Amino acid sequence: MITTQRILTPEMVASIEALAPRYPNRRALTLPALHIVNDELRYVPYEAVVEVAQLLGLAPAEVQDTLSFYQFFPQDKPSGETRAWVCRSISCALRGGEEILDHICHAAGIDPYGTTADGALTVEPAECLGACDFAPCMLAGKTLHKNLTKESAEAFVRDARAGKSS
Amino acid sequence: MTTFQPVLLEAVGVAGSHTLASYRSRGGYAPLERMLKEKQPTDVIELVKASGLRGRGGAGFPTGLKWTFLPKDHPGPIYLCINADESEPGTFNNRILMEDDPHQVIEGIILSAYATRATTAYLYLRYEYPQSWDRLQGAIDEAYAAGLLGKNIQGSGFSLDLYLHRGAAAYICGEETGLIESLEGKRAWPRIKPPFPAIEGLFRKPTVVNNIETMACVAQIARRGVDWFRSIGVPSDPNNPRDPGSYGPKLYCLSGHVERPGCYEAPLGITARQLIDGQGGGVWKGRKAKAVIPGGISMGLLTEAELDTPLDFAGPGKVGCLGLGTAAVVVIDETVSIVDFLHNSCRFFAHESCGQCTPCREGTAWSLRMLERIRAGKGRLKDLELLAEIGNTMGMMPGSTICGLADGAAWPIKNAIKKFRGEFEDYIKRTNPSGWMVTDPVPALPIVAAH
Repeated sequence: MITTQRILTPEMVASIEALAPRYPNRRALTLPALHIVNDELRYVPYEAVVEVAQLLGLAPAEVQDTLSFYQFFPQDKPSGETRAWVCRSISCALRGGEEILDHICHAAGIDPYGTTADGALTVEPAECLGACDFAPCMLAGKTLHKNLTKESAEAFVRDARAGKSS
Repeated sequence: MTTFQPVLLEAVGVAGSHTLASYRSRGGYAPLERMLKEKQPTDVIELVKASGLRGRGGAGFPTGLKWTFLPKDHPGPIYLCINADESEPGTFNNRILMEDDPHQVIEGIILSAYATRATTAYLYLRYEYPQSWDRLQGAIDEAYAAGLLGKNIQGSGFSLDLYLHRGAAAYICGEETGLIESLEGKRAWPRIKPPFPAIEGLFRKPTVVNNIETMACVAQIARRGVDWFRSIGVPSDPNNPRDPGSYGPKLYCLSGHVERPGCYEAPLGITARQLIDGQGGGVWKGRKAKAVIPGGISMGLLTEAELDTPLDFAGPGKVGCLGLGTAAVVVIDETVSIVDFLHNSCRFFAHESCGQCTPCREGTAWSLRMLERIRAGKGRLKDLELLAEIGNTMGMMPGSTICGLADGAAWPIKNAIKKFRGEFEDYIKRTNPSGWMVTDPVPALPIVAAH
């Protein structure tokens, strides 16, 4: 597809280039570059993959190959403003993590991996978040929500939809 | 033993413990400055070798020995990778160290880089730890400003750059060659070994990959000495010349059905029962434990009768577990169905298998589909044989995969079926009264979305 508008802003390019001296080749910038795009846009559209590849001197397929491996970067549409990862691994599951996931999805009116219609919240199941001392837990943006209960989970959904959560 | 004082965790809970000033006030970086002035890199290797330190990331390989595999007189560059892709279910000790005492980790990294003659170190941090990222970046900035990182550290002539590299939520990046591939910007498919990273690793150069807790131990060995380190833990077995022993303090992560979950420091060799009843305050709600994971989910299960097993590098293996692993102890109480436990385990590994080796990709997905079917009341006794067969055929040990992920996926299956077979049989007979005895092939199953 031919587009005239660039997805990567000069600021993103500058952030990527600032990391270049850290690595002996430009391919190693792939993951940092994808993070920089995703931090900004909450997804990495296919056009951005092509632009990252051009910037790093790679084939778009090489960047797409790496990107698709992680199943971390959405490509079709942005994640919700808050991307919530609810842990379902063993320590959280033993303390009700799966029920919390169901409850959050129910409160938000979406299925797991879904995004609310207002684009405020995406809820995804996560494997161990490394916060088993606070099980059941959830990572929403950069905030770790600890020892979740039905009440705190509901409050989280309310806040996220009101734009009060990170 | 009764008066054991935490060392690796001494700063946890202390206000401002993550700052350079706090670390200096506790004696931090003085050992590094002394070593850079007085010792050669080979002296540091000898120190760590003599301490008996074994890697804390899961495999327990002797750290000093790993360093000696680097080629001698290599023109460089040599790379040091710090593995902070802590993703084994139940494990969070690295997170505590990075958040509460990042300078202890950084001092260990500088010492290890000096020993291995690495001039660039990459700390591969899992995406799920944004707080650790901020704390580490803050500490790295402080260390650069204080002349502890960068060119000509403290006038020693030794230079080191330390960079953070963010992962993207893939368990396989904790496998050292998967980590290297990921750092290089590729999919994190583990490499066939040999060559081992010490010979050809990151960017095809000699590379050492060490865990965060290992780095903290290096810093403490430099500060307190070999004798201190070897006074803690379990000495090597005199009847087994290949046993390197289990020396030093260890961070045990206690979670699941205990009264006080948390990260506790104890001498290697504490038993699971001591840990649960002591630090953990016992199984929650006055219940009994049905099973306990000794060191992350891939290590398998201890039964209640096996809880007096010492959690050193040799202990869990003696009762059929895969090993000590990450020393993440997860308590499962008597109300939990072992079928549900195994379903959770199989789902995790089906999700996290990287897909490179067929036995692991298909075996983990197949075992998950079988557990889904058993839970749906369509189990057959024959399934248990089939699950055991999957468990026995995928992994490095049967020689069918490149890395150990499949062994970790297989062990909970094998342990659960061997140690709790009666419960599986009862469950299948109870939930599938008309079909549990059928042995015909199962019709093709719908693909279960593990993602």
